[in-house]
Amino acid sequence: MAEETDDAQSDDAAAPGDEAREALAAELTELLGDAVVETHIEAGQNLWLRIELEHWKTSLAALREHGFVYFGFLSAIDWSDAPEGRYEDTEFDAAGAGEDDDATSATAAETVRRGGGETRFQLLAQLHAPARHAAVLIKADLPDTDGIPATVQSIVDVFAGADWHEREAHEMFGIVFDGHPNLEHIYLPTEFEGHPLRKDFPLLARAVKPWPGVVDIEEIPPELEAQLEAEVMAEFEASGAGA
Amino acid sequence: MTAATDLRSQQAYVAAQAADARVNVELDTGDMTLNIGPQHPATHGTLRIACQLDGEQVISAEPLMGYMHRGYEKLCEVRTFPQCTTLINRIDWLGSFANEVPFILAAEQLMGIEAPPRAQWIRTILFELSRIANVSLFLGDMGVQVGALTPVFFAFRDRERVLNQIEAVTGGRFHPNFDRIGGLKDDLPRGWIDETHAVMAKMRGFCDEMEDLLMGNEIFQTRCRSVGVIPGEVALDFGLSGANLRASGVDWDLRRDANPGLAWDEVDWRVWTHPDGDSFARYWVRLQETREATKIVDQLLDSIPAGPIMAKVPRIIKVPAGEAYVSTENPLGEMGYYVVSKGGLEPFRVKIRTPSFSNISVVPWVMRGTYVPDIITILGSLYFILGDIDR
Repeated sequence: MAEETDDAQSDDAAAPGDEAREALAAELTELLGDAVVETHIEAGQNLWLRIELEHWKTSLAALREHGFVYFGFLSAIDWSDAPEGRYEDTEFDAAGAGEDDDATSATAAETVRRGGGETRFQLLAQLHAPARHAAVLIKADLPDTDGIPATVQSIVDVFAGADWHEREAHEMFGIVFDGHPNLEHIYLPTEFEGHPLRKDFPLLARAVKPWPGVVDIEEIPPELEAQLEAEVMAEFEASGAGA
Repeated sequence: MTAATDLRSQQAYVAAQAADARVNVELDTGDMTLNIGPQHPATHGTLRIACQLDGEQVISAEPLMGYMHRGYEKLCEVRTFPQCTTLINRIDWLGSFANEVPFILAAEQLMGIEAPPRAQWIRTILFELSRIANVSLFLGDMGVQVGALTPVFFAFRDRERVLNQIEAVTGGRFHPNFDRIGGLKDDLPRGWIDETHAVMAKMRGFCDEMEDLLMGNEIFQTRCRSVGVIPGEVALDFGLSGANLRASGVDWDLRRDANPGLAWDEVDWRVWTHPDGDSFARYWVRLQETREATKIVDQLLDSIPAGPIMAKVPRIIKVPAGEAYVSTENPLGEMGYYVVSKGGLEPFRVKIRTPSFSNISVVPWVMRGTYVPDIITILGSLYFILGDIDR
């Protein structure tokens, strides 16, 4: 009963939103022209726009002119696999890792990444257009040579709020923003070395001490799993029927 | 006799020289550095602001943070999805439950799960309760920033009532850790709805009290009116959100404009804006919002649907590969989580877009040219939680 109403609600909510998103995607593709590599719409969720790195600043400026005047955030993603911040020698990670590898290989990179892309680093930003109640997530591939990402044009003179976000992306990923007035560490001490949010930056706390959270997700024997599942299901139905 | 005359003439000479100096020598007042924090009562934590002063006037003010940077984005990468909420609770520690919601919603989006209506309702109620608990403290604390000590005791007294209600449901006053992927940990306790109605009435009384005690106060108005004016375009440019944005005349509230599926659509409420953009406007908007929140809670309490509070969710939560961004209108502004999953137990990357980080980034802009006593007023009126800046 509850599920039916849920579905009905989500269908009603999703349909017009997605149409608007498709229209917006087409509109922005026309606006930005060749700069757009790919657009992606996740039903009922968000619109992603992947643009060429060299058009990063001009595209954001064009979007700003086009009504996307409200700056959301700017960050980056490090897509490299190894060692993923995890440590294979601990019991917990070893247990999780095997299964994860299947999942990762089964889902190719393009299905993980909204809007596609193959580079190790990707820039990520979000803009709102308050007047038309729209938002867009913007991505750009950031090629790297031996782990040093390419330089990006700073958008501080387009969106003043990008200042701190770029500084954070700089210290966390080592991305250099060309034209930024003060590209220094924002959280970390000045003399700090390394870029903590890169996947190859080790999380020492995890390496030196076993993680107590292991007990929470111990593997459950299959027969017990089935029994628990049945109990949960029974409880669920009972509460639904009682309503 | 000659000695005394000499002394007198000497003194007269010195006095004349000093008077001369007072009149003719311009005192050089430039380039004084005033360091506020990291340990300062007005910074609510360990925010440091390095100000360059010229006399009483601020030439530049640069916030320096990181004294409490805990690296939550990195830490989330080595925790399972349900374990992440423990960390996320501690970002904005005065409105903890509201922090959990967008993260859980993002995970639910990736998994294609939707919580049952009753859970959505209770989520929205607890969300608004944490807003009331969080902002009521601001309503009192703003008085302290401008020199009125009484209101903050009223605020602590009345906030406690809201925290008691949150505790009655979740078991935690500050860190409920109550939201689950697919629903909630528990249902409401017996008698809670009536109690909460009573507390909401009390909180409306508290808002009236603040209005009389502080907002109508002439000194308060003089200290806050036209201090720290942020025009709407600048607010948008810097990514300000929440009451700070609405106090600059921008009519934008994610609860209304981008509702991610909670029950706000179901009740009758309005978004308050103020055209002035000064410290007073920010106080005014927050006061109206707190009152509005009590009305939202009242309406939701009367219309909670019956049914389960948990959708069917596997015991071991594996989130399918993909990316999702969900943001909600938290007590401090837009809080969003960009969650990337590669199909495992843990998120691959979590970008946390916190409201205070963007809200405080306007400080260098807004402080320039203001006077020293206004620094504290402006900081107080922008209302930040340090954990929300540093993460």
